[in-house]
Amino acid sequence: MLVALLVVFVFATLAPALHRVLGNAGGWLFALLPAGVFVVFGHKLLMLPETGPIVERTPWIPSLGIELSFLYDGLSLLFVLLISGIGALIVVYSGGYLRGHPQQGRFFAFLLFFMGSMLGLVTAENLLALFIFWELTSLSSYLLIGFDHEKAKSRSSALQALLVTFVGGQAMLAGLILLGFVGGGYSITALLASGDAVRNSAMYVPILLLVLAGAFTKSAQTPFHFWLPGAMAAPTPVSAYLHSATMVTAGVFLLARLHPVLSGTALWVGVVTTFGLVTMVTGAVLAVGQTDLKRLLAYTTVSALGIMVLLLGIGSVLAVEAATVFLVVHSLYKGTLFMVAGAVDHETGTRDVAALGGLGRVMPVTAAAAALAGLAMCGLPPMLGFISKELLYEAKLEVTGWAWGLVVAGVVANALMISVAGTVAGAPFFGKGKETPKRAHEAPVSLWFGPVVLAGLGLVFGLFPGLIDMRVVGATASAVLGEAVELHLSLWHGVTPMLILSGVTVALGVVFYLARGRLQELRLKMAPLNAFGPERGYEALLDGMVKFARLQTRFLQHGYLRYYIMTIVIIATGAIFLGLAWVDSGGPWLPVSDVRPYEVLIGLAIFASGIGAILARGHLVSVVLLGVIGYCVALIFALYGAPDLALTQFLVETLMLVMLVLVLYHLPKFQVLSDRRSRIRDAVLCGGLGVAVTLMVLRAMSGSRSMELPEYFMAKSLEAQGRNVVNVILVDFRALDTLGEITVLAVAGLGVYALLKLRRGNHKRKGGD
Amino acid sequence: MDSLILRAAAQVLVPLQLFISLVLLFRGHNEPGGGFIGGLVAATAVILLGFAQGMDKAKARMRVPPQFLIGMGLLVAAASGLPALFDGAPFLTGLWSDLSVPTFVAGKVKLGTPLIFDIGVYLVVIGITTLMIFSFAEEDEA
Repeated sequence: MLVALLVVFVFATLAPALHRVLGNAGGWLFALLPAGVFVVFGHKLLMLPETGPIVERTPWIPSLGIELSFLYDGLSLLFVLLISGIGALIVVYSGGYLRGHPQQGRFFAFLLFFMGSMLGLVTAENLLALFIFWELTSLSSYLLIGFDHEKAKSRSSALQALLVTFVGGQAMLAGLILLGFVGGGYSITALLASGDAVRNSAMYVPILLLVLAGAFTKSAQTPFHFWLPGAMAAPTPVSAYLHSATMVTAGVFLLARLHPVLSGTALWVGVVTTFGLVTMVTGAVLAVGQTDLKRLLAYTTVSALGIMVLLLGIGSVLAVEAATVFLVVHSLYKGTLFMVAGAVDHETGTRDVAALGGLGRVMPVTAAAAALAGLAMCGLPPMLGFISKELLYEAKLEVTGWAWGLVVAGVVANALMISVAGTVAGAPFFGKGKETPKRAHEAPVSLWFGPVVLAGLGLVFGLFPGLIDMRVVGATASAVLGEAVELHLSLWHGVTPMLILSGVTVALGVVFYLARGRLQELRLKMAPLNAFGPERGYEALLDGMVKFARLQTRFLQHGYLRYYIMTIVIIATGAIFLGLAWVDSGGPWLPVSDVRPYEVLIGLAIFASGIGAILARGHLVSVVLLGVIGYCVALIFALYGAPDLALTQFLVETLMLVMLVLVLYHLPKFQVLSDRRSRIRDAVLCGGLGVAVTLMVLRAMSGSRSMELPEYFMAKSLEAQGRNVVNVILVDFRALDTLGEITVLAVAGLGVYALLKLRRGNHKRKGGD
Repeated sequence: MDSLILRAAAQVLVPLQLFISLVLLFRGHNEPGGGFIGGLVAATAVILLGFAQGMDKAKARMRVPPQFLIGMGLLVAAASGLPALFDGAPFLTGLWSDLSVPTFVAGKVKLGTPLIFDIGVYLVVIGITTLMIFSFAEEDEA
């Protein structure tokens, strides 16, 4: 996998350049890459019964227990096949859809980058590696949703998706780390075996809730569903790929992956099924009455994700099988329908259902694909969708206690889906032709190739479910459940309760379809309710954050230098006094007995210059007197045996003086502007700091003054080939710190330079005016 | 600022200062000195030249712009940490050769990566100090 991932990422980087060379044929050629992945890993899946799950390990950050390890079992391989297979078709489709777009190369780069992240995510065997790939998918989907970055709507939708999924991702990271602690490591294979230990630990509840937060935001579960329809701002191939088949199923994948570790408790069943159920209904209800093809599909995706989560929440063998089959079915038909919607949009210039009709005659191939996918979505025979729905009802009926509630909700949601399927896959292609912005004609091969293949597969698997029952669904369900399962799918089971439910669903669906005009009116009437939706909450939160940031910036960064300095002085004084009060060990004070005469002289000079600098009536005098203080301090350093410090102090003081003199030139004439009161206040504050520092210096002796440290440094510095301890520390022991410091220095210097340049530029501009 | 005495003094002092700055740089590992101090001394030399002959002249005499010295210095300092990596040691571990170069004023100077690092510091300090002074001084003329 590592090799495959590297190839995909390298290709992603090269895509823009390659696309420039290859031109419009690029789409078909780029598709060879995911197609290759599909073949290689398809073979792995077929061999799985013989080989068993395989783990590939590469050490990454061994000190933190992070490995770049990959796990191939039924679950990860099924996802790899979905991602690479649908990915290949999407790449072909994008080649046609974005033909001639000036940034098509960049688009391919993002798409391949996303594909690589997704492949890494589903095969990762280490929780933290999984998290990294998880975030990469959020990041790449941000780039893809915001692909039309000139549009404000695209940008805000992309940001919304990013924020929602990132916030969930952060919660998930916390959950995964806890899980690693409890389970004794980040290896998923090891964790899968220690489910009981995790479920019995005190941290189980936080782990579960945090991980679910990640999964639910990613898989657009209510109340986080709102980002998904927003993400429809992306170009259609992206919607088809990310928001139907891959990224949004990442949350479902996570639930499935960790199923053996976390599931089976009352909390799991309660929380996961509730969220799934609510999302299933919410998505279906919100889909009603939408007229934009892509938004319609987006809401049904929300509903479908709800179904998958619901099934994993139930967690019985049958439910997991149903979830797996439904995952495959949904990926096939939703991918198809999105691509069809894009093709229709591309050829007619509109996605508004009301403006479309009779396209079946001009776009027969597209219409055929749409019809097959529509049948699958309705769950009608002979599609795989039918088998899936039968399984679904069977799994729900099996639940003890509230089976009927689940079934009724399911029937309503599915019936609404049928009406949507009719609206999306039926209405535009039948009936009278309508005037469209562009004269409709059949889409080019690249645009119908993908839909036809996917829809066709839905039909083939429906007719011959034996192709996938044990090899794919069985293998996946076994991985999810952590135990081997046997299953055989077939189209016809005889007259069963499930068949009757299917019949009821279809009948209800037809009713909903016929009444769609009424339902739309109803929806418009309910529109004011949007004010209470979660999306408003998101906006309010974002606004609030910006407002708070502005408020505290205004409070803290007021722009008055004198108050900044005052803050520093007050805090420093307070901290020193606090420190003295707390950590004073009560030892001797610095002896003031053996003071030599010249020391007194230096002290007096410092004192006098200080007073002079305060009283001076001119900038230059003040600056020079401050310089005198600096030189005196340097003298003290020299007297007490710190020649390096003394030298540095002398030089710095000299340079400071030169700079200040140069700056003084620009200052206005010296004036006393502050009144008496503020001068007294300043005197008190500064005096306080002076007293504090003096006390601190006098107390400095009270701490331990063992000779261990100096001796240690002397010895070590000779080992490091130098007798000057200060220099050895700077360039050897703490060289990394020094490197950081000179980097900061460089940045600061360049900053000063840039600021002055900028000011000069402004002057010139003003002068020119 | 045009003073005959300053100009005449600068003729003698500037080369001397530069020489001392190098001495300080190379002896720094054993005696007081080092890249930081050496760099400051060198910068004062450039500034003295600037006061004596004008900042433009001083700038021209430096041959490379201060920004170049900053970048070069950072590069040299960072690069001095790389050889250790090939040795399997952490970044910036000091490596010393057995070679030492006799210099008449700074004693015998041993060659090693910390010395290269110090040269980097030296260049950065010269670059930043002169950059700032030149910027302030240009303000004067504007």
